[in-house]
Amino acid sequence: MAEAILRMTGIGKEFPGVKALDGVDFRLLPGEVHALMGENGAGKSTLIKVLTGVYSIDSGEIELAGGRVAFAGPLEAQKAGISTVYQEVNLCRNLSVAENVFIGREPRKFGRIRWREMRRRTAELLRQLDLPIDVSKPLSHYSLAIQQMVAIARAIDIDARVLILDEPTSSLDAGEVAQLFRVMRRLKEQGIAILFVSHFLDQIYEIADRMTILRNGRLVGEYVTAELPQVELVGKMIGRELAELERLDERPPARTSDTLVEATELGGKVAPFSLTIREGEVVGLAGLLGSGRTEIARLLFGADHAGTGTLRIGGDQVNLRTPRAAMARGVAFCSENRREEGLVPELTVRENLILALQARRGWSRPVPRKKQDELVAKYIKALNIRPDNPEMLIRNLSGGNQQKVLLARWLILEPRLLILDEPTRGIDVGAKAEIQKLVVELSDGGMAVLFISAELDEVLRLSHKVAVLRDRRLVAELPNDDTLTTDVLMETIASGGAR
Amino acid sequence: MKTVALPRRLPAGLNRMPRNYLPVLVTGALFIAMFTAGGIRYEGFATGQIILNVFIDNAFLLVVAVGMTFVILTGGIDLSVGSVVALTTMIAASLLPSTPSFLVILLVLAIGGVLGAAMGAIIHYFEIQPFIVTLAGMFLARGLCYTIGTDSIPISDPTFTAIAQTRIDLAPELWISPTVLIALAVVLVATYTLHYTRLGRNVYAVGGNEQSALLMGLPVARTKIAVYTISGLCSALGGLLLSFYMLSGYGLHAVGMELDAIAAVVIGGTLLTGGSGYLLGTVLGVLVLGLIQTVISFEGTLSSWWTKIVIGLLLLVFILLQRLIVTTGVSRER
Repeated sequence: MAEAILRMTGIGKEFPGVKALDGVDFRLLPGEVHALMGENGAGKSTLIKVLTGVYSIDSGEIELAGGRVAFAGPLEAQKAGISTVYQEVNLCRNLSVAENVFIGREPRKFGRIRWREMRRRTAELLRQLDLPIDVSKPLSHYSLAIQQMVAIARAIDIDARVLILDEPTSSLDAGEVAQLFRVMRRLKEQGIAILFVSHFLDQIYEIADRMTILRNGRLVGEYVTAELPQVELVGKMIGRELAELERLDERPPARTSDTLVEATELGGKVAPFSLTIREGEVVGLAGLLGSGRTEIARLLFGADHAGTGTLRIGGDQVNLRTPRAAMARGVAFCSENRREEGLVPELTVRENLILALQARRGWSRPVPRKKQDELVAKYIKALNIRPDNPEMLIRNLSGGNQQKVLLARWLILEPRLLILDEPTRGIDVGAKAEIQKLVVELSDGGMAVLFISAELDEVLRLSHKVAVLRDRRLVAELPNDDTLTTDVLMETIASGGAR
Repeated sequence: MKTVALPRRLPAGLNRMPRNYLPVLVTGALFIAMFTAGGIRYEGFATGQIILNVFIDNAFLLVVAVGMTFVILTGGIDLSVGSVVALTTMIAASLLPSTPSFLVILLVLAIGGVLGAAMGAIIHYFEIQPFIVTLAGMFLARGLCYTIGTDSIPISDPTFTAIAQTRIDLAPELWISPTVLIALAVVLVATYTLHYTRLGRNVYAVGGNEQSALLMGLPVARTKIAVYTISGLCSALGGLLLSFYMLSGYGLHAVGMELDAIAAVVIGGTLLTGGSGYLLGTVLGVLVLGLIQTVISFEGTLSSWWTKIVIGLLLLVFILLQRLIVTTGVSRER
């Protein structure tokens, strides 16, 4: 086996009250794609931040190409040959593609930037990555996938020997992922070591040669991907039996309860659609990114205005002008952008949890502290929010746990209709299973749920019926019986319901 | 499934032209339209000298607006410029009787630069909004004027009066003042800096996304301090040009000039959020502001406050235009 380019030994990192990394070993070989696996809060992000110089380590040592290193910041790590491409591309979208590749190290002559040379070299570089694009256009002109590849091109050209790809695929479609993987394989051939983080197991198995699994800040082990079956991998990541996940695989029986929500020819930013949701029913919305899933949710929550049609909730015809009006009718909406639209990062878990309840009561009637503590303790326990410290700032929680807090915030209101927009995106398998289980429990308890997800098997697993969207139009409403499979769903999306 | 390698399409008509140039073009068209309309309406308006006069009367504003462009391109703002201009005229007027003029010039430029650098450093290292820091700078500089004197001080220095009275003939009936040459030189140097030096590109990068700029290893601190230093220098130079023009120093000179400068930059199409804009736009912005004043003086019966009203309306229109461009841009990125 080749000599490791990067070797981390006994890495320890502690935050107030949390041991984020505890004696973790990690090594990366040149010319391999190495997946870093683990639940949220397992220590993946911390390890990457240690590696990129964002955090300093409390114990252990890092060796790069045989020499011991300690990075004081991201710049030093970059100079040493460790480059990172994040999910949110860290480039300047207002600048041209060529500038983004070369800024800070532009080719110059007597201090004057040589634009033509810069464009030529960028074009050449991108051609090597199979990306023949116009490099003089601003970066914002291109899709996220291309922006990521430009970021990779920049990293490679700065002489990166270690490339860290942190969740690069979470907002890419299948074609874009395939293109990224082509680029990754090419880089691998050039002997670059790639550290790859993704929540998509299929992608890991397609691209990764080896993997390192972390759990609760500790090393579980290092494995060759081909020798570790998926089930075992998941078991190692979450450290418990998969019975919970499997129990959910039974199809839920169709609901015959009373109709709660009845939309008739309701339209706004989406073409007019009709949809009913019964009490205790989970209705899945399936469709591609931008197909109108979120728009339907926002209509039902009063965040967007309906231009046409009528909406009945609980039998009454309503005109939802504001989210407040929807909340008064028992509608709750868990947004897909938990950072931008949901959480207040500077507040504690307790304060975030209480927010919606307080808003409904009005600011003149504060929720008594004792009641707050009771509620918070109840939901932290019910949703297994970790760490279970209600006074922790929410920004210090992992993504999955933030999502649970957001969910709990709405659950406190005991809504009649809960709209979940991509509740499991970007969170790990364990938290995902917990949230899915919760949806089942809630619907068994009589709550109606509108469940939006890009992952079709998740939609299938949970929904009583599935509404399929395409190009901002509801094209089909399918009961979730034995004949419905992800293939059927995909076909429906692809054909626009014409079958 | 969309093809990845294919760039997203622009709306028809905008295809050949980068979206960024659009506001500059609009401002240019506006300037031409105003000039034409003035020429039709007033006798003796449509002459080259009218445009040159706009340059002559607004050379100092142009220089100040150039500095402001740098600051706004990084996403910042500099409210201190008007006060620094006044302070410069005051220091120059009070020192000139006893000090050689070139020393005075160097001194005021140094003071402007140091003030700007100090504000930039505070903004960056203490992470305070530029609005507040430069507001403090504005009060400080204005206050310093009155510690020098509360009355207007006339300037009779031979160098200053010589510059003030020199006319450079370009052609029969066409002339400019030396201050115009200085201002144009500043514009040229600044344009070169913005487009052909690393500092200039870093300015755009910081304005585009400061966090990314930091992670790409760009000297964000240096860049931010540099733009406020440049703005301070430009204000001091603008102050010198104003003292050539007015031949006096006064604590009430250039009151509200920071707002004129910001207006010129915005009308010139530079985004207040930073990262997008051109100096050519700023030049056109200053010309539009100057031409409004000219039109109103030609009208004769209108109060000069109409200038403010028109500028206000223009600003509104341009901010709306920018919003429109930015929103369509964003929706296309999805």
